[in-house]
Amino acid sequence: MSQPFAKLPAWADYGLLPLINLIVAFLVAGLVVLLVGESPIDAAVLMVKGAFGSGDGVGYTLYYATNFIFTGLCVAVAFHCGLFNIGGEGQAYIGGLGVTVVGLWLGNFLPWWLTFPIAIAASALVGALWALIPAWLQARRGSHIVITTIMFNFIAASIMVYLLVGALKPAGSQAPETRVFAEGGQLPGLGWLLELVGLSMRSAPLNVSFLLALIAAFLVWILIWRTKLGYEIRTMGFSPKAARYAGIGELRIIIITMMISGALAGMMALNPIMGAQHRMQLDFVAGAGFVGIAVALMGRSHPAGIVLAAILFGMLYQGGAEIAFDMPNISRDMIVIIQGLVILFAGALEHMFRPALQRIFHRLGREKNQSAAAVVAGGNR
Amino acid sequence: MAEPAIELVGIEKRFGAVHANRDIHMRVDKGTIHGIIGENGAGKSTLMSILYGFYQADSGEIRINGIASNIADPNAAIALGIGMVHQHFMLVENFTVLENVMLGVEGAPLLKNGIAKARAELKRLEREYQLDVDPDALIEELPVGLQQRVEILKALYRGAEILVLDEPTGVLTPPEADHLFRILEQLKSQGKTIVLITHKLREIMAVTDNVSVMRQGAVVATRKTAETTVEELAELMVGRRVLLRVQKGEAKPGDVKLSVENLTVRDSRGVVMVDDTSFSVRAGEIVGIAGVAGNGQSQLIETIAGIRAAVSGRVLLDGQLIDITGGADPGELRDRGLAHVPEDRHHMGLVLAFEEYENSILGYHDDPLYLNGPFLDLEAIKSDARKKIEKYDIRPGDPRLKTANFSGGNQQKIVLAREMERDPGVLIIGQPTRGVDVGAIEFIHKRIIEMRDAGKAVLLVSVELDEIRSLSDRILVMFAGRIVGERLSDADEGELGLLMAGVEHQEAAQ
Repeated sequence: MSQPFAKLPAWADYGLLPLINLIVAFLVAGLVVLLVGESPIDAAVLMVKGAFGSGDGVGYTLYYATNFIFTGLCVAVAFHCGLFNIGGEGQAYIGGLGVTVVGLWLGNFLPWWLTFPIAIAASALVGALWALIPAWLQARRGSHIVITTIMFNFIAASIMVYLLVGALKPAGSQAPETRVFAEGGQLPGLGWLLELVGLSMRSAPLNVSFLLALIAAFLVWILIWRTKLGYEIRTMGFSPKAARYAGIGELRIIIITMMISGALAGMMALNPIMGAQHRMQLDFVAGAGFVGIAVALMGRSHPAGIVLAAILFGMLYQGGAEIAFDMPNISRDMIVIIQGLVILFAGALEHMFRPALQRIFHRLGREKNQSAAAVVAGGNR
Repeated sequence: MAEPAIELVGIEKRFGAVHANRDIHMRVDKGTIHGIIGENGAGKSTLMSILYGFYQADSGEIRINGIASNIADPNAAIALGIGMVHQHFMLVENFTVLENVMLGVEGAPLLKNGIAKARAELKRLEREYQLDVDPDALIEELPVGLQQRVEILKALYRGAEILVLDEPTGVLTPPEADHLFRILEQLKSQGKTIVLITHKLREIMAVTDNVSVMRQGAVVATRKTAETTVEELAELMVGRRVLLRVQKGEAKPGDVKLSVENLTVRDSRGVVMVDDTSFSVRAGEIVGIAGVAGNGQSQLIETIAGIRAAVSGRVLLDGQLIDITGGADPGELRDRGLAHVPEDRHHMGLVLAFEEYENSILGYHDDPLYLNGPFLDLEAIKSDARKKIEKYDIRPGDPRLKTANFSGGNQQKIVLAREMERDPGVLIIGQPTRGVDVGAIEFIHKRIIEMRDAGKAVLLVSVELDEIRSLSDRILVMFAGRIVGERLSDADEGELGLLMAGVEHQEAAQ
């Protein structure tokens, strides 16, 4: 049977619909702010100002966005293969080990531009290996990847706690973190980039990882839509039966895709560890792996959408922190609620307004058709 | 004269840019069997969905027994005495016949009284229409023909005076279909009105009193069945003259290209689906496998094509063994000259979410022709797709269009173009014209004959017996996983029907 409604034009599907979702999310968030006795307008102004009003604000926003681009890409690549990798959190956390080993060791005698590529490779490798086990279990044993990847998040967390209170902690220190890396293990900031647009960044941790994230987004786009491997990944994602028919090996494709996905998550560790703190701290991922799921959903698994969604979430993090600082009634938890609403409307309920929008477009289309038909009929007379 | 049972006046329905029903006027008289025939996408199903309350018409009026009626949902339709037998049965597999019939009209929270009443009513219906089914049998244990009878009983139980059947014979063997037609005659003689939707001309001629032909959303003609011919109806359906018989010359069989020896295949539950089967296909001949759906044909061709693993037996391609124990590599088989048009075009032969050009290389995406190192050579792929579009007259001719937006016939042409243009030695085709309109069927049949005449070995599987008979040089009948008979293409239809139904084959061979 034919589809009951007209297909939406691409601009409405990819632009208008997410925008409506976002507006609704902010409206509901505004109600919540109203409920605790603050002005939603003031809060909105504060958030935008906090996120984009100063060089440091922009620096922080893009710093958070960097994390979310990596984890968003991680989720998206797996999505394209029909796999729901919710283990980005653990893959990023464990990926920190690769960065840390390189930072602690090579950082002592190599310049940053030599340490950086090695750290990229190390973090990607460790993240990929962490994703390999669930991938193999899925492809060979049929263990559901959602279950295994989330279990691997806990395993990763436990291992990292063990290491950070043990082997990786400098003797005599009370804090669960490594020592500060030597200069070769520290990535340069991107103050010069903001100066180009007339902003000055003093303390924000924005660093070259941001550029790496943008390059990764571009490479993912190439991979998915321009390579044979991407073609095979998408075939598997849309229809495993068609993949079998086409001679695409399921085991091979699932393992390769998950390793790429894990590698992208692993690279996220570069940003906070080498880029900002110059050491590895407990729980440095701080939920970015899960935010990546929302980012990938909102960005429709397209790298361009993911970069935009990541910047939006970066804004929520940075601007939210400003609100919590300036409005006594709004605590840090309040911000989490607002972020939750955005995830709810833009991610979980992303199709809620689709039928209504389709009806509107359907009606508009019909009126156009009818007036066109009237013109034709008039011409025949 | 009595009011007509159904009168449709100016029914209009649009889905966005698609004009599914345009200004439909139709009159179905009481106590008649009225056929509605048309190609896929002609708007038959939409029209019936409007009648049954699934959709609302944009404009127009439905009169039931002369009274203008607003049918807001299927409940309203049932209240007006309209019953529907869907193409895909709406039965609960692990319920009994009785439980299925009373589902939704149990009468009270406690079932005891309802069951007794339903049982009595079922008895009465069985007597009145000779629709005998064991009320305590589980649906999953009934053959398809009987399941369909339960659907009819369900409609009658709800007081249907008008019965709409949507493509009812698609899943039936010829004897089962004949039985269904006898039941419909019986219902008619009891004063029921029947609307029969089909794309099979033979059925229309066999059973209906009147027939309406739909094309592109409009009713283009209504005829008394006795006053029309198959040729006229086909022409009305397609809008041009159609060759109904396939024209083909003598086969000139050559060497054996494909041979299957003692092949046994189990499905994922361990049930034997192909049972110790042997046959061969030679160059320049079409071997057709006839059978009711679900008798192992699907598993057979999937195994030969490397998609499914076999338990035992051998398959030889050009005299060389194929390793089928773990499921062969379909990619490697393609390299060895075996092309496969799968039965399940929507999930296997195509990726519907892909653009057309992406599907034009599915399975051949390893070919250096389409690649630039690890990258896809999009220009080469698209120009190749354009060539195929032109040669196979695929419409609309846009390689960037999403495959889901092509009609069934054009989707099938995309698959055929991909597999045939590779010039394979052996071509396996499953259900070449399922869900394909009449115009495209003619084209596809011609191409298959051309492949044969070019010296290819063609293995054809279809549930349409007519198709098997008109295309094949040899016919193998498959029942319960075994080849139960081999006939030449001029075999008697009744005899083939009996073989397909599993009637003792020695008996049928006499």
